[in-house]
Amino acid sequence: MNPRRELQAAAIALLVSVAIGSALMLCVGRAPGEVWGAMITRTFGDPYLVGQLLYKATGLLLCGLSVAIARDAGLFNIGGEGQLTAGVVACAVVGHALPVGTPAIVAIPACTLAAAAAGGAIGAAIGVLRVKREAHEVITSIMLNAIVGGLALWLGNAVLFEGGVTRGATIVAGAELPQLPLAGSAANASLVIAIAATALVWWLRARTTWGRAWLAVGQDPAAARSAGIAVDRVRIWVMTGAGALAGLAATNLVLGNKHAFEEGLGRGTGFLGISVALLGRLHPLGVALAAIVLGFLSTGGLAVGDLVPKELTEMLQGVVVLAVAAAGPWMLRREARA
Amino acid sequence: MIAATLTKRYAGRTVLSAATLEVARGTVHALVGENGAGKSTLVKLIAGVERAEPGGSLAVDGTPIELARWDRRRARAAGIGIVQQHGASAGILSVVENAVLGAEAGAILRLDATAAALAKLGDDVGLPIDPWAVAGELGPGAAQRAEIVAALHHGAKLLILDEPTAVLAPIEVDKLLATLRALAARGTTIVIVTHKLDEVRAVADAVTVLRAGATVATFAPPLELGAIARAIVGAELPVHATAAIAIRDEPALALRGVACGELAGIDLDVARGELVGVAGVDGNGQRELALAIAGLAASAGTIAIGGVGATGRDVAGRLACGLAHVPEDRHHGGLLLDASIADNLALGRTDVTGRFRIDRAAVLAHARARIAELDIRPTDPDAIVAALSGGNQQKVVIGRELSRPNLAAIVAAQPTRGVDLGAVANIHARLRAAAAGGAGVLVISADLDELIALCHRIVVVLRGRIVGDPRGLVIADADDPRARLGALMTGAEAA
Repeated sequence: MNPRRELQAAAIALLVSVAIGSALMLCVGRAPGEVWGAMITRTFGDPYLVGQLLYKATGLLLCGLSVAIARDAGLFNIGGEGQLTAGVVACAVVGHALPVGTPAIVAIPACTLAAAAAGGAIGAAIGVLRVKREAHEVITSIMLNAIVGGLALWLGNAVLFEGGVTRGATIVAGAELPQLPLAGSAANASLVIAIAATALVWWLRARTTWGRAWLAVGQDPAAARSAGIAVDRVRIWVMTGAGALAGLAATNLVLGNKHAFEEGLGRGTGFLGISVALLGRLHPLGVALAAIVLGFLSTGGLAVGDLVPKELTEMLQGVVVLAVAAAGPWMLRREARA
Repeated sequence: MIAATLTKRYAGRTVLSAATLEVARGTVHALVGENGAGKSTLVKLIAGVERAEPGGSLAVDGTPIELARWDRRRARAAGIGIVQQHGASAGILSVVENAVLGAEAGAILRLDATAAALAKLGDDVGLPIDPWAVAGELGPGAAQRAEIVAALHHGAKLLILDEPTAVLAPIEVDKLLATLRALAARGTTIVIVTHKLDEVRAVADAVTVLRAGATVATFAPPLELGAIARAIVGAELPVHATAAIAIRDEPALALRGVACGELAGIDLDVARGELVGVAGVDGNGQRELALAIAGLAASAGTIAIGGVGATGRDVAGRLACGLAHVPEDRHHGGLLLDASIADNLALGRTDVTGRFRIDRAAVLAHARARIAELDIRPTDPDAIVAALSGGNQQKVVIGRELSRPNLAAIVAAQPTRGVDLGAVANIHARLRAAAAGGAGVLVISADLDELIALCHRIVVVLRGRIVGDPRGLVIADADDPRARLGALMTGAEAA
């Protein structure tokens, strides 16, 4: 599908979602115009909420890219949860283990690399299991979510948690990412990491033989193989990259906000990444837009909590994904008829 | 039986414009035309595989059909069976499961009874099948027999076959055509899509010619083949030039004891400048031969490409030795159908794209050069390959493979399968030019006429081994090579 059609599909899906959301608002006895209006004006009128939106969007963007590049290569990475958790633990452990007084120029790259490496290791395991043992990545990534989650909690209880709460030791000051000046919100400089990752993925896909190889493997592994592309190696590397991207989202949570490993940190972001990737139609720029849209629904939902129940706006996130999934094939049919 | 006037558009392109087809009951009707003429589309519309644009008309047995609601299920109920060009079987299911797929009578399957009925029907009409074989593991001939028998089992009064002979060996073609005549004699109406005039002569009662999406002529007996040929191409047919290419005393390809699946062990040498054909009934190991040489399937024995040992190398390593491989099925392993012509022409070609950063100007220049050289249509390098006709898709594969630098050896498997006459001439010319340029060419084809027209010598494989003279039959020295090769292929002549 060409880019214009992709945009149209996403726009139609959003309109349908707005319509369904409005119907839901009517059901709880609210005028949709009033709720949507309040959602927009309250969120964007308040620097704190804009900051919270960006904070949410940062994690969603990285996890969305993770799902998107795997999907490009014909793989379904449902393991964002586990990869992110691995990143959180590694990031916090390295951040605490550094000597006090480590300068930011050393501490931040070290923690960032640790997060990416931990997530990447989980992704690589999924890739290797798929290639060497033909274990389907959907199954292995779901199972690894459970394993990593359990492992992290056990590690926390056995070693990391301090003072009777489910929170580990604080990272050194040098590893903390600066906050964005948005009224004390959680938004932080990891947004730069996310934007850089988006640009990198875009560049690799559009301008390099690596990106072309992973897209070719996704479109037709047999054709890629017969053209001399090492399909197995590409699958392992893409899953490693996907894991690393999800792991990078830990920088937003650990280095940018909580400054420690906490139980349940970032829970759900990995799964929401699937929605972000689908809504963004796997294109890096689309994924970035989708992360902002879902970030807005989440933050805006809280902002209008006095008007409609927060479950309603949570449902909306699901509605958006369903609408996108339905709009894609519909646009393809229109394209075929046109 | 059928009276149709139909129009179809894909993505804004009109592929059929009020094309007409009238078929009389109990006859064999040939639908002929070049690739891209709209033959496949027309039969798909009639069989309900795809939906026609509003405004056309279709009558089956004199009953007008409502086009907007016409689908495969209704067409099947009306007695229309179709065997499509690229097959329509679910690969992991058995023949009998495929036969009932989408046509189940009620919720409970009675596969045993259906299987017995299929086997009996197959024997009755001269198309023996194994109902419990897995569809994806059948050779093309057996898969096609299974689809024909399944269509008859569903009570097809009209059987449509879309280029049924493209995937068959000559002996199988003769058998199939005889079976079609027998079916017609039993009262089944047959529509056969083809672009081979000898098949038309062998089997057809009447002929409809399509060109550029419109019906340009219809012929009733006595059929005059010259007139049909002129109607197909709109001009006289081009005559094939004979290959007069010097064979050099340098090795291009050397195989010793190569075995892989059906392939039981083959020694074969191809010199630079030489075109060597591999003939044989489908399923005798020629598929595996191509995969083994390309490094796409694990094999025993040794392989040297351009005098360099390539046995232990992977696909990329063999390509680097100077190998080019034209896969037998462009839809499975040849092309990225959703990618553009330019991207397909540059697929895996780091010599064009650059090793890491893609040189987009070079990719575009490469695409323009191949498009001009092979007369690929449309000429837009950004056009998506899925929208191209079969002949043009095949030209894209040929263009990518034959433009590799430092070519030593080319393995071309079924290089012109399902391709129109104009494209065949073009592809043959490219293969000859590659040989003249110093590459050794191994052509694997089920089409004996193609091999005889193209090759210096032809070896025959039977049950995974070369039969007859291990050097093969030298075409320039042989009288009636077709008969000699045919006898070897069927095992009628041992040495």
